[in-house]
Amino acid sequence: MIQIKDLHKSYHMGSNSLHVLKGINFDVKQGELVSIMGSSGSGKSTLLNILGMLDEADEGQYILDNVPIKNLNEKIAAKYRNQFLGFIFQSFNLINYKSALDNVSMPLYYKGVKRKERTEKAMHYLEKVGLADWSHHLPSELSGGQKQRVAIARALASDPKVLLADEPTGALDTKTSYEVMELIQGINDDGKTILVVTHEPDIAQMTKRIVNLKDGLIIDDSPVQQVRASLHV
Amino acid sequence: MFNLERWQEIFETLSKNKLRTFLTGLSVASGIFILVVLLGFSKGIENGVKSQFEQDATNLITVWTGVTTKGYKGLNPGRYIQMKNDNFEMISKKYEDNIEYETALYAIWGAEVAYKNETGNYRVRGAMPDHQFIENAEIESGRFVNQSDLNENRKVAVIGRKLKQDLFKDEDPIDKNISIFGMNFKVIGVFIDPGGEREEQQAYIPLTTSQKVFNAGDNIRNMLFTVKMSDNFDDAVALSQNMANAVETELKQMHTVSPDDTSAVRVFNTLEEAKKIYSLIGMIQSVFWFVGIGTIIAGIVGVGNIMLIIVKERTKEIGIRKALGALPMSIVGMIIQEAVFVTMFSGLFGLIFGLGLLELVGPQIESDFIKYPQVDFNIAITTVFLLVFAGALAGFIPAYRAAKIKPIVALRDE
Ligand SMILES: Nc1ncnc2c1ncn2[C@@H]1O[C@H](COP(=O)(O)OP(=O)(O)O)[C@@H](O)[C@H]1O
Ligand SMILES: [Mg+2]
Repeated sequence: MIQIKDLHKSYHMGSNSLHVLKGINFDVKQGELVSIMGSSGSGKSTLLNILGMLDEADEGQYILDNVPIKNLNEKIAAKYRNQFLGFIFQSFNLINYKSALDNVSMPLYYKGVKRKERTEKAMHYLEKVGLADWSHHLPSELSGGQKQRVAIARALASDPKVLLADEPTGALDTKTSYEVMELIQGINDDGKTILVVTHEPDIAQMTKRIVNLKDGLIIDDSPVQQVRASLHV
Repeated sequence: MFNLERWQEIFETLSKNKLRTFLTGLSVASGIFILVVLLGFSKGIENGVKSQFEQDATNLITVWTGVTTKGYKGLNPGRYIQMKNDNFEMISKKYEDNIEYETALYAIWGAEVAYKNETGNYRVRGAMPDHQFIENAEIESGRFVNQSDLNENRKVAVIGRKLKQDLFKDEDPIDKNISIFGMNFKVIGVFIDPGGEREEQQAYIPLTTSQKVFNAGDNIRNMLFTVKMSDNFDDAVALSQNMANAVETELKQMHTVSPDDTSAVRVFNTLEEAKKIYSLIGMIQSVFWFVGIGTIIAGIVGVGNIMLIIVKERTKEIGIRKALGALPMSIVGMIIQEAVFVTMFSGLFGLIFGLGLLELVGPQIESDFIKYPQVDFNIAITTVFLLVFAGALAGFIPAYRAAKIKPIVALRDE
């Protein structure tokens, strides 16, 4: 599903430049649930953003579902983001003036789905994350855990090939975190490929494989015995 | 543009961001509103002043005389210059080609006029038939003084509507006799004058009759001429100014008046004055336009600023939308379409409000110098579209920039 080879990324600030990714290699297969770990500033988000085509690598190869991602024009990039990728952010990134339902329908709007079908689908995914009764609430009327569920429903709405979650539990308390992980595990059980960035070992233990990042390089990449979140809830 | 889904999305955004929408709309609507009101009043002033001029013919040259203030060729100052019939005839003949209407006048102020038991003091003017046209007077009933009245020194009178109301009340005055200083005159007509009551409180009698009954010999008090108009206003002004100057020079020569004596022989050229007034109106209008355009520019800058703030405020939203698969152009389109919709809607609102105000308040404030304040609808609509265009442009630049930044940068915006 994902193949990256020798990925490099530097940030330039004035005359300084910060080499954040120094040659990353790894593959993710269909249906995997991978966590990317590392201390703060190790480049986890940078890597995920490149995978999500929100940012571009300076060097290296990235193939997503057999499509090389390189020098894409905006139009194609937008289409891939819409159809291949679903994002879940630490800060939820919901549009604050739109209801839960409208937030979830947004990717479908950009996919060109008609209004009626959009609403039906969005409602289906809200049900799936257990928020059917909250569909007409604004994000400000939802708890952190509920917001993240809406964000997950939104990421799922356009039925992408890969879900990318950057510290999805970073802003949540432990109990809520486990509930969210339970949801993510369930989605993975249905066959969706998911990458989760986290620096919390207990969250990482709930995935099936941990990739450890340090100083811009992968220092460890090994499968783990998945802990089911449902046992902790 | 005509994508229903897009419009739904925009209405939702606008209705869920009411304050933002309201503020943008307010700045546009008030700009248009102020412009419409200003232009309306400018037009009202123009109409008012023009109607002041239209009371008499605008191409009028008036001649009257006074006392010399300067000695000339051995003659002392302080002489009264008296115009005679032959002065009028000479000028009339000499400028025949330029003259449209002409009259010599001999008037008495405050003449005692009576009918039965009703008496009053009115101006009585001896005039020639053309005088009717020079005054823009209309005959309500009967007729005006004609040439045979003059030839035969008939004792007939044409009275103003006000005079008629004073003396005759509801009675029909035609063919009744009124007395002027005790002499009987037969009423042959009633006139109305656009100059209003002041002009309608007088009576016209034949010039020759007035010279005779008031023992004036062949003296005249005024001469009035209207100059033939050409299509070009400036040509007409030049022609009448030439004639006015020539008449003044000629009369001064005939009466041995110093060429630089300004009070003995006076020639007033209405067209020249009209030109001054029109250029004054023009100036007032340009001031109003200036203020109006200033208002519009302020409106444009306001809309631009608001758009800038809106786009800045929505940077993160733009990042989110891009992450969800929005094309940069769909984001630009969305913001512009919103801007266009809001400016158009509120522009039309301001326009209707302004027109409504003029319609409502216009009649209340009508006076001698403001009449029918109104706005050229085309100008108003054009301004609305100008603002819409400006709003679109003002929205486009920041929207384009925001849509171009990498989603990850936009997402990081707080
Ligand atoms: N846009 C940027 N400009 C400059 N430096 C950045 C930028 N984004 C991240 N960095 C720096 O790159 C390093 C890696 O950041 P990040 O990928 O966010 O780390 P992590 O998510 O692992 O905490 C950090 O030192 C961070 O300060
Ligand atoms: Mg991070």
